[in-house]
Amino acid sequence: MLLARVVGTVVATQKHGTLESAKLLLVQPLGLDDAPRGATLLAIDSVGAGIGERVLVVVEGRAAGEALGRKVAPVDAAIVGIVDTVDLETAS
Amino acid sequence: MQLARVVGEVVATRKDANLMSIALLLIQPIDADGHNVGRPLVATDSRGAGRGEHVFFVRGKEASFPFNPGETPTDAAIIGIVDHWDTAQHHEG
Repeated sequence: MLLARVVGTVVATQKHGTLESAKLLLVQPLGLDDAPRGATLLAIDSVGAGIGERVLVVVEGRAAGEALGRKVAPVDAAIVGIVDTVDLETAS
Repeated sequence: MQLARVVGEVVATRKDANLMSIALLLIQPIDADGHNVGRPLVATDSRGAGRGEHVFFVRGKEASFPFNPGETPTDAAIIGIVDHWDTAQHHEG
């Protein structure tokens, strides 16, 4: 799973049937320093995340389908948690 | 999934039987600001997208799900046409 920040919302009327009523959010993966890392992804939101929140994103098809509640859905990323805190071992 | 822009079409007369009658489009992944990110790729299209449109696509095994699950040899599929997207800095669509 990835740590990411929700950066946007996406509206798509014409989409695959299994995605009807699914919420789609743009998420920016983060490095350990909280800085953006890599390309923006589009993820299904199953936990009610909002813009600016730090979230846990699963990037695997089967798991994303489970999060959507549909096993055979063409999805490969889903937000599965909203992060409260991350404790990092400080480098010594 | 990722946002992308349709930049072209691919025609292949001889292809796997499970790809017959499925459109192959060239897409350029873009980030939340609309800038190109990474290399263009070929995706099977399940939505009837056209050149210049913004779409989103899925990678991996799940890309075959809109067609014949498990049988269509594709690793990227367009699953939605984007009306618009919004970020704090950007509105597009």
